[in-house]
Amino acid sequence: MTSLDQPTRTSSDRVATSMVSARLPQRAPLMVAGIAVAVGALCLLLGLGLVPAVLIGALVYLVALPVWSLSIEGRRTATDRMMTGLIWATFAIALAPLISLVWQVIARGVPAINSTFLTYSGFKTSLDAPTGVYHAIIGTLIITAGAAIISVPIGIMTAVYLIEYGKKNSFARTVTFLVDVMTGIPSIVAGLFAFAMFTLLFGPGYKSAIGGSVALSLLMVPTVVRATEEMLRLVPDDLREASYALGTPKWRTITKVVLPTAIGGIITGVTLAISRVIGETAPLLLIAGATDITNTNPFSGDMTTLPVLIFGKRTSAGNEDIIWGAALVLIVIVMLLNLVARVLGKVLSPKQG
Amino acid sequence: MTTTKSDLDAAPAWATRKAGGGDAVFKGTAFASACVILLALAGVFVFLSLKGAQGFTQPTEVYQRGYGDSFIGYVLPLLGGTVIAAVIALIIAVPLAIGIALVITQYAPPWLASPVAYVIDLLAAVPSVIYGLWGGLFLAPKLVPVYQWFHDTLGFIPLFGKVATSGRSISTAGVVLAIMILPIITAISREVFARTPRLHREAALALGATRWETIRMTVFPYGRSGVVSAVMLGLGRALGETLAVVMVLSPGTIFTIDLFSGSNTPSIAANVALKYSERSPGTLEVLIATGLVLFVMTFVVNFAARYIVARQERKFAV
Repeated sequence: MTSLDQPTRTSSDRVATSMVSARLPQRAPLMVAGIAVAVGALCLLLGLGLVPAVLIGALVYLVALPVWSLSIEGRRTATDRMMTGLIWATFAIALAPLISLVWQVIARGVPAINSTFLTYSGFKTSLDAPTGVYHAIIGTLIITAGAAIISVPIGIMTAVYLIEYGKKNSFARTVTFLVDVMTGIPSIVAGLFAFAMFTLLFGPGYKSAIGGSVALSLLMVPTVVRATEEMLRLVPDDLREASYALGTPKWRTITKVVLPTAIGGIITGVTLAISRVIGETAPLLLIAGATDITNTNPFSGDMTTLPVLIFGKRTSAGNEDIIWGAALVLIVIVMLLNLVARVLGKVLSPKQG
Repeated sequence: MTTTKSDLDAAPAWATRKAGGGDAVFKGTAFASACVILLALAGVFVFLSLKGAQGFTQPTEVYQRGYGDSFIGYVLPLLGGTVIAAVIALIIAVPLAIGIALVITQYAPPWLASPVAYVIDLLAAVPSVIYGLWGGLFLAPKLVPVYQWFHDTLGFIPLFGKVATSGRSISTAGVVLAIMILPIITAISREVFARTPRLHREAALALGATRWETIRMTVFPYGRSGVVSAVMLGLGRALGETLAVVMVLSPGTIFTIDLFSGSNTPSIAANVALKYSERSPGTLEVLIATGLVLFVMTFVVNFAARYIVARQERKFAV
């Protein structure tokens, strides 16, 4: 290192004696943030709305900190500080719609929820009889269960084939690739497919819940395959080899060793897949129809699900209570499924060590 | 793609041969399941073609109930609506998604990164019908002042010509679509950013680069093709999303580039959901034909995106 041996230049001793360039104090971002919050609060007091006040506060932070930094630390650090602010801001922006949406659904949906809302169907037996969404809750459960019954066995067995049998052969590679592509099929296309297939087979005007289940399973299978594949890959080969060493045939090894080890992750993946399709609307509009009556027969007649109910009632006035209440029930079901998936994943995951 | 399995099959030959044919049955079932998936994919194409074939050659008046004189005239304005909504969604979602992916992989401390990722995944869990409800009833009126500001300051640009007082325009649909495709773009970008070799980053930091310079020099070049495919997957979602567009946009019959007017043509998917209950003859066939167009379009986009991802994974696997 020759540069260290050279004597420091005395002409500019202030710069040269310090090895570190000037820095803002450690708390600088915090201080500027405090000022920004104060400015935002002031705007709020002056009568601006919440959204403009927050925007002005954010702008103050994003301008003040880089300018301060520019005057002391130089251009490169100033850019870095600005980008740090901007990048965190993207997360805040993404959070805003989620919070707003959940708040709207809760605020408008909770007043609608009561015991008759959940236990009566939309069909009025007499003029003053209460109506509810019971028929749609039942419909949602039946159609989603149908989709799960179709797609879970197919999805899991496909993943078993891809990971345990078809290793690296070209057929397995093609299937893996096409399953990935299938995750992007628009839901309305799945609905049109089910509609085209069932009307060709059973005549025009055919509507039934099973058609909806078929459409949904087309959307669900890729998710199940992907989740199961990931989990089977995580099963260590030692377990398989130990099983073979005991003389166990391959299919017994898979059913008794590999699948039980991965079952936690698989159940999590399946639950998440269910929570994705339970809110689907577009395919069911086309093939499952809509009704106000509770229909428990998946093989004939229209069946309404919660999303379809929300969609169908949104245009007519006087239905605000029903649609927001139904939205709240739907979002609670989806969030519960997500929660259950996480808990099951934790509880059932194989013990380490 | 990390794999804990060796390339060699661990199972000895007898393990798949003996055992009273149990393994043959099991393997056969597994193989059949994989075939069922391929058949289903082929089935989508076959049944849409069978049923939609008549949709291409209907009498003129069937198409005139929609948007034009022929199938091309019918589907082009819809394609326009589809593409405009998707492009608006991408313009909004891509910078946000890249920023969030950077937060998760580069900025957030480890204890915060996974909650951040979970919150973004929650966005994907919200059903599309609820996005539509929220977008149409709550968001659309709130955006009117923004549109009005654009109209007042940049009104000379034809894009910002008219402002619908309800706010139910193709732009609002684009905004809602942006929120809906944010999670998928974030998820894929996050994965490729996390794969940036540690040594590249540390080398840049050791040279005195700031964090942002490190990201520009190491993370972005490494993740570029991954981000491209993430954007294409987001595009595929945005092209095919139905409910958010139907429930937010107040549809018109003529294609315009007025982003804020409430009279733009809906997207293909939205058009199906709007018109499926019309009982006039021929309509359903035409709708299925447009569905075939949408299917082919999204299939090509997704195929290309997945191809890029797969190629990249092969590159890293070596």
